[in-house]
Amino acid sequence: MDPHIFLIQLLNGVQYGLLLFLVASGLTLIFGIMGVINLAHGSFYMLGAYLAWSLTAQLGNFWLALLSGFVLSVVLGMLLEWLFIRHLYRRDHLQQVLLTYGLILIFSELRSIVWGDDVHSVAVPALLAGSIPLTETLAYPVYRIWLSIICVVLAAGMYYLIQHTRLGMMIRAGASNREMTQSLGIDIGLLYRLVFAFGIALAAFAGMLAAPVSSVYPGMGNQVLIICFVVVVIGGIGSVKGAMAAALLIGLVDTFGKVVEFEIGGFRVLPELAGMSVFVMMAIVLLWRPEGLFGARLR
Amino acid sequence: MTQAVQNAQSRRDFLAGVGALAGISLLPLAGCARSDKVRVGFMLPYTGTYAQLGVAIENGFRLALAEQGGTLGGREVEYFKVDDESNPAKATDNANKIITRDKVDVVVGTVHSGVAMGMIKVARETGTLALIPNAGVNAATGDLCAPNVFRTSFSNWQPTHPLGKVMIDNGHRKAVFITWKYSAGEQALQSFAEGYKAAGGTVIKELFVPFPNVEFQALLTEIAALKPDAVACFFAGGGAVKFVKDYAAAGLKNNIPLYGSGFLTEGVLDAQGDSAEGVITTLHYADSLDNPRNKAFRAAYREAYGMEADVYAVQGYDTGLLLAQALEKAGGDISNRDAIIAAMEGAVIDSPRGRWTMSKAHNPIQDFYLRRVENGDNKVIGVAWKGLEDPARGCNM
Amino acid sequence: MSTRVRSIALLVGLALLLVFPLVGDRFYVQFFSKILIMTIFAGSLNLLVGYTGLISLGHAAFFGIAGYILALYSPDTAAAGLLTSLLLSVGGAALLALLIGSLVVRTGGIFFIMATLAFAEMLFYLFHDTAIAGGSDGIYIYQRPTLMIAGWQPLDLANIVHFYYLVLFFSLAAIVSIHTLLRSPFGKVIVGIRVNEQRMRALGFHTYRYKLVCFVIAGALAGLAGYLAASQFGVVNPEMLGWHLSGSVLMMVILGGMGTLVGPVLGAFSLMMLEEGFQSITKHWQLLTGAVIVLVALYLPRGFAGLLPKRTGNKTLPPRSKGGTGSSAAVDRPYV
Repeated sequence: MDPHIFLIQLLNGVQYGLLLFLVASGLTLIFGIMGVINLAHGSFYMLGAYLAWSLTAQLGNFWLALLSGFVLSVVLGMLLEWLFIRHLYRRDHLQQVLLTYGLILIFSELRSIVWGDDVHSVAVPALLAGSIPLTETLAYPVYRIWLSIICVVLAAGMYYLIQHTRLGMMIRAGASNREMTQSLGIDIGLLYRLVFAFGIALAAFAGMLAAPVSSVYPGMGNQVLIICFVVVVIGGIGSVKGAMAAALLIGLVDTFGKVVEFEIGGFRVLPELAGMSVFVMMAIVLLWRPEGLFGARLR
Repeated sequence: MTQAVQNAQSRRDFLAGVGALAGISLLPLAGCARSDKVRVGFMLPYTGTYAQLGVAIENGFRLALAEQGGTLGGREVEYFKVDDESNPAKATDNANKIITRDKVDVVVGTVHSGVAMGMIKVARETGTLALIPNAGVNAATGDLCAPNVFRTSFSNWQPTHPLGKVMIDNGHRKAVFITWKYSAGEQALQSFAEGYKAAGGTVIKELFVPFPNVEFQALLTEIAALKPDAVACFFAGGGAVKFVKDYAAAGLKNNIPLYGSGFLTEGVLDAQGDSAEGVITTLHYADSLDNPRNKAFRAAYREAYGMEADVYAVQGYDTGLLLAQALEKAGGDISNRDAIIAAMEGAVIDSPRGRWTMSKAHNPIQDFYLRRVENGDNKVIGVAWKGLEDPARGCNM
Repeated sequence: MSTRVRSIALLVGLALLLVFPLVGDRFYVQFFSKILIMTIFAGSLNLLVGYTGLISLGHAAFFGIAGYILALYSPDTAAAGLLTSLLLSVGGAALLALLIGSLVVRTGGIFFIMATLAFAEMLFYLFHDTAIAGGSDGIYIYQRPTLMIAGWQPLDLANIVHFYYLVLFFSLAAIVSIHTLLRSPFGKVIVGIRVNEQRMRALGFHTYRYKLVCFVIAGALAGLAGYLAASQFGVVNPEMLGWHLSGSVLMMVILGGMGTLVGPVLGAFSLMMLEEGFQSITKHWQLLTGAVIVLVALYLPRGFAGLLPKRTGNKTLPPRSKGGTGSSAAVDRPYV
């Protein structure tokens, strides 16, 4: 591969990985801090994208849509936590799986009722509409570069929030021992509600940001859900750092898997198998280090 | 309204089934109330991604019948519906619902190729007349062709076949083909490669994206590295929107012309916006096709449903025309299968897409138009291939 | 409620299932065949989820592979022999379960969920993205397998009533064998593992082997269900291996009530009949299904089985003790 093209592919991989990180980080937070398996996470990504589309149409401005969409999804998250999720903290994982699976069905039908089943697209805001020429034939969309920068900024912000602020300290405390934290006078119910709302808003936000580059379509949530689980498991459940590493790894494997043909022991590995490659990776990680790349050691 | 009646009907059937399980046989009530009406079943997607296509097909079909006074060969029509959800896993089950439970005389379906295969299987087993108003899977009128299975749309082989010739005419001798890794994509690629090679072109690389993945960036970079004369592709729906937009955003559109099967720009031009301008496609129809038949059809459709017709509505409409014509010839006797099949085989359909006839394997022999996106419209700039017939490989009829 | 009422209810249910094809509409005979197949599938998963405490989100892998084996084994124009093809399909599913199980059974809890998902998805993409068996469109089985014993055909599987009775036989056989298995010493160990794996290990049981055997049995039973489903519908496609199917069969188990013998049966019947009923009411039927699932999760922690009158004496399984298996909260949480 020509080194020039190699670098561009590297950029593609990193950019895809960063977006994956943004969707998956909410999932890993909810997982890690609250111990809740949220199968409906992908639905919020889908809802975010549809929100971006309908709000942009109504407000006439993508940035305004982004802001109001984020606020709406935080409110939705708090409402859902209050209605459903809070009843499940002391229950088995299975009840969580059951409930959130039910939510997938409900959200997908609500979307169908409210917005229909059409494919839509959201225009890239004028400010970021251009492309930067990289080679004589290829250019790179400015929006994608901006998207990557936003993802990095959000990741850094999240890391700072959790590691270096008082709120982050309370969250970490709540994660490692719910009862103890409560007895220290911290309103753990509120804390969890905030974490859940924030986690969901992250997914919706990712959907909104991705809308201009990925278009808006009904099945987008389910597609992203499974890959998010892979990110979370490879990175280590609850680890933001791990999610970042895993998302980048998957971004790169997926990108190069599609374009590179190579041989392992005389067996030709074709781009057709790119779809499998992430799951092979996940299986290897699970067997070699079940706690994930950045998860705390088990047993 | 009809929907509500239909729902009530299937709800009654369902309750009857439950009742039967409980030992109270409601059989005389539920089944077998066969009148001398023609029973037409729609097995179409009414939910999910393809819901609009299902509705357009049904609308077109009903419009065709309404123009004949709402009857088929003088007989009244009773409609049945099943939502196939475009789910291949439920295909034979759903086909069974409409064929075995509702006991239709003719089934009209469907959009998704995998689902169509399941429907064909049941139709072949039961001998029920099946009319395919969209699904392009080659086998339907190839390996699996059957006397009672007809298609009024196209085979996957057809839309991309004329592209090769067009590209060579435009001086593009080296091309890259890109599509989803699934059978419709592969069939489109095969027929494109055949046509392109025959015209003297070389496919320098075939690129695949796992279906229904829409992350194209890596492959676009690959295309830029390969620098072909042109790119041909097969995508539809959400994937088509995303691919065309990404192709333009990557700056490729200005350097490497983009060609595709017509579905690349059908029903998605609004979403694609400027990025689709100049894209060249081939299809058996175009909204702006300039003939009186098309204009009359589009006006009637708009009048009846308050929306614009599309290629799917045309296919549904033609399905209605075909059935009406055949029943007319058979004197309205739906049980006279041989006469109906013979009439369909000899049918000449005066369609909004232009006149077409039925091939030996029961697939339309039709013109393919060359279209170019201009100002958000698929403008017809010529006929890419006159009277294109699917080779119907594997069909022994 | 007494044991007698229970057995009467059971007998009446069984009698209805036996008589139904003689009076029911053809379509519903097929519909109930489908439900009975799902009871086998759900029952096999219940063995893992309900009794052993291993939550699998990849159980469709075994269901699907058996279907694929039948499809690939069936000649294009003739029918496959029932006995050989059944043996091959179930054997293949068991072998796959042994292979995957030997790797995933080491993990527990959430990691087990994810590992099973990963392997099933690998298989899904293998069949979806390559041309092995028709790719994403899948392949068709044009004739149902036939049962021939020395030129005599006791059952004609193309006849939907005969097929229904075959399925009914297998689903009863599956329930009875699961019941027998659980009553055996082996079953006691399995349930012991679910309650507290460390204790069982301390008692000297080689828990890994027990869990693996259980995984293989569950895989083989899922294979049986997949084999029957493939012969009923005559089509096999990657969806049969996908996580959606794994998810909905898990729904059946949880909805019905896990760790009970009737749970999966209740789950399969109620979920499929609800869906069928909702579909006839509204286009947006998934909204109603979703609502039912949510309500069950919130208010019926033991599923529909929890609504049934309790049997005197014996009952539901003892709760799982904290810290026993890898799935306990302490392990699943925290390291931000």
